[in-house]
Amino acid sequence: MGALAEPLVAVKWVKACRVEDIPRLGARVLKSARGDIAVFRNAEDEVFALADQCPHKGGPLSQGIVHGRKVTCPMHNWNIQLEDGCAVAPDKGCARRYPVKVEAGEVFLQIWA
Amino acid sequence: MKKMKLVMVGNGMAGVRTLEELLKLAPDLYDITVFGAEPHANYNRILLSPVLAGEMTLADIMLNDVDWYRDKGIRLHLGKKVVKIDRGARKIIASDGTEAEYDRALLATGSNPFILPVPGADLEGVLSYRDIADTNAMIDAAAKYKHAVVIGGGLLGLEAANGLKARGMNVTVVHLMDWLMERQLDRTAADMLQHSLEAKGLQFLLKTETSEIVGGADGRVKAVRFKDGSELAADLVVMAVGIRPNTELAESAGLYCKRGIVVNDTMQTYDPKIYAVGECVAHRGVAYGLVAPLFEMGKVCANHLAHFGIGRYQGSVLSTKLKVTGIDLFSAGDFIGGDQTEDIVLHDAVGGVYKKLVICDDRIVGGIMVGDTADGSWYLQLLRDRQDIHDIRDHLMFGQSHLGNSGHQGRSNAAAMSDEMEVCGCNGVCKGAIVRAIKEQGLFSLDEVRKHTKASSSCGSCTGLVEQILASTVGGAYQPAESKAKPVCGCTDHSHEDVRRMIREHKLLSIPEVMKFMEWRTPNGCASCRPALNYYLISTWPHQAADDPQSRFINERAHANIQKDGSYSVVPRMWGGSTSAAELRRIADVVDKYKIPTVKLTGGQRVDLLGVKKQDLPAVWRDLGMPSGHAYAKALRTVKTCVGSEWCRFGVQDSTNMGIALEKDLWRMYAPHKVKLAVSGCPRNCAEATIKDVGVIGVDSGWEIYVAGNGGIKAEVAQFLCKVSTAAEVLEYAGAFLQLYREEARYLDRTVHYVARAGLDYIKRRVVDDGDNRKALYTRLQYALSGEKDPWQERAAGAAKHEFELLEV
Repeated sequence: MGALAEPLVAVKWVKACRVEDIPRLGARVLKSARGDIAVFRNAEDEVFALADQCPHKGGPLSQGIVHGRKVTCPMHNWNIQLEDGCAVAPDKGCARRYPVKVEAGEVFLQIWA
Repeated sequence: MKKMKLVMVGNGMAGVRTLEELLKLAPDLYDITVFGAEPHANYNRILLSPVLAGEMTLADIMLNDVDWYRDKGIRLHLGKKVVKIDRGARKIIASDGTEAEYDRALLATGSNPFILPVPGADLEGVLSYRDIADTNAMIDAAAKYKHAVVIGGGLLGLEAANGLKARGMNVTVVHLMDWLMERQLDRTAADMLQHSLEAKGLQFLLKTETSEIVGGADGRVKAVRFKDGSELAADLVVMAVGIRPNTELAESAGLYCKRGIVVNDTMQTYDPKIYAVGECVAHRGVAYGLVAPLFEMGKVCANHLAHFGIGRYQGSVLSTKLKVTGIDLFSAGDFIGGDQTEDIVLHDAVGGVYKKLVICDDRIVGGIMVGDTADGSWYLQLLRDRQDIHDIRDHLMFGQSHLGNSGHQGRSNAAAMSDEMEVCGCNGVCKGAIVRAIKEQGLFSLDEVRKHTKASSSCGSCTGLVEQILASTVGGAYQPAESKAKPVCGCTDHSHEDVRRMIREHKLLSIPEVMKFMEWRTPNGCASCRPALNYYLISTWPHQAADDPQSRFINERAHANIQKDGSYSVVPRMWGGSTSAAELRRIADVVDKYKIPTVKLTGGQRVDLLGVKKQDLPAVWRDLGMPSGHAYAKALRTVKTCVGSEWCRFGVQDSTNMGIALEKDLWRMYAPHKVKLAVSGCPRNCAEATIKDVGVIGVDSGWEIYVAGNGGIKAEVAQFLCKVSTAAEVLEYAGAFLQLYREEARYLDRTVHYVARAGLDYIKRRVVDDGDNRKALYTRLQYALSGEKDPWQERAAGAAKHEFELLEV
């Protein structure tokens, strides 16, 4: 194996919590070296993770109301899509998205170390 | 499941709006095909006049471009005229042989301009004014020729004349009737309009009938000849004498037509598989030629196509605004009146202002405004809501006073504002930005303007101004929503009143139950409807419906106010604004221990601790040992008091203790919006009780109770409810009034909004005159509050931990 086949950045899955630690249609805040990350759970028990900063004025998305696959920022009511972190049109901008996997009820996030 | 096939004939504003509404309701129900005779996708026909006048370009007025159809998976046939509907085989056939089968068909064939049956009507240079092709032909002619004659002095004719004049032509308007726009204006208003148009250089021939269009040797129009034999030179003639519903196709298919394709209240034709909307239909014998009713039809039609089966179109009240720059004109409803009506008229000929309201049985039935149309939307709203204007009759003519509103320099007339002036003081939006968004994005409703520009989306005090800008930019296409039937949000068509009634009558106890029962369109609502539903449930079924913290705004979920940096503020309750050394010492210790950066006195006689970290909140509450002040909630906030007869040499009543008693009686009371009270110990009113939701003023013989005051966005003086003699009565009357508000107001209505709608007479009947009802209301309030705990002490003891604890990697 040549050196180039090694990933340039180490990818690791970080355990955040259990699914039931997050209220349904709610979120928890995960403290990380990359700043606060909002971990959401919707009505279908899907879990999503976004930087806890609205692309508008940096409001904490974790504190918003979750509906469908969206969260409404508590600061100025922007709607942010949970799958990709992007604002619903006509608003523009995206919050950073972190990949999530759920295994045996445990939530893991991929944070580039 | 295989999709049903929907074929739409006609690609104009009414039809495409119907498709948009349908896709919102049922995006996957139909496989959709559209036939359009014009080579263009859907454009904003009402903005053809600004294009003609050179104020906008064609690209500016496109509403849905070809990409939109592709993105929505709609098959679009442009430039193909449909020639046949085979109802037996359920097929639509176009002139080039293209065929499309349908399960449902939607006819939106619009209207055709009426061409006067006079000799020469088919000469080159004789145009109608209907579509992009006509507009382009006029623009071309204006570049080459000098003399234009517009036949028809209605809305469309005048806009055409104005546009041609702006392009440098010499324009004469020929009109058969005694005055201009006789279907929208009375004589006085029309004369004023004519004067202002003459000042812009237009010429008029009234009471003049055209008998012939005279052609030259080159086959092009040369002159217009009139019945009296006189002639007028013309190298361009525009006929704007009216439109006829385009029913040719429908008639050939055997559908019943009479002054249009006849439809019922669900927009269905005599063939139940075929619907029709727009200018081509006749609904209850009326064919409409303005955009707003067409949009209303589209909404109803979409609802039925989507199999929702609710909503009826019941006809429209028409209003008109002339889109001629620099001329303000508004007309609505029955503007002439008759034996049964009364007029209120304000006429300042020199100042160029004329306003006339036609009143029947204390309700506005019509009106005209020239020169000052600022309040047009308000009058139209009163008209559509059939609001009783008896109480405001003496100042009705002077408009809806915006003087109490803060945030936009006290201005109430959008027309007089320049483009750079700020309209929305909350979001910093200027008039120019709003106008640009309306034109470029093709916006028609207040909600759309809010979404795109954010103007009027925060405190709402500039809503009146934004409505005016919308109305003057899109003209008659703007119709204020009927406020009585306003849906809760985009997730449903049901009004707040409907939702409350269903929750009560069917004993619905949870948000999912309500959404299922009332067929919500979204799986779990949105940030607008969920808090409203949660409030309606817990206020209708106290101790039975469970509170849902995830449907509360963060402040009510965390029991503290979120600040711009994500920290929180804490306002402990100080009964009636009274405190003690022990409390102040604890507050000081908490500030030191948790390094709270800012300590501030509030307007409600309490202390605000700002900049508290969320994870510290439960410990802060525990150490304070004071009850929640609910400064974060749609609930009872403060009872502000003056010091009263215990110390004050003027005081005649013990206002401090009255305030404390009220606060202890009412705290933990959730409401449609925040509720503030005040008690003053004498008529000097140091507690400012007359701008509170409930204000109590001590007089020598007892207490006066005032309700529905407001000191915020719109300063509003509270209205006198009644006078009582004892403190116990104050508690009962105030509680009963607030319970009525809790049971009947819409979520986010302050008492001032609720009382304005319900009327003070009604409130007095329920709370003052009917003693049994008052007692029943007060008892229901007491029941709702009984056993309600202090949320802070519950959380200090460990409840809802997850809300405050952080996760760590």
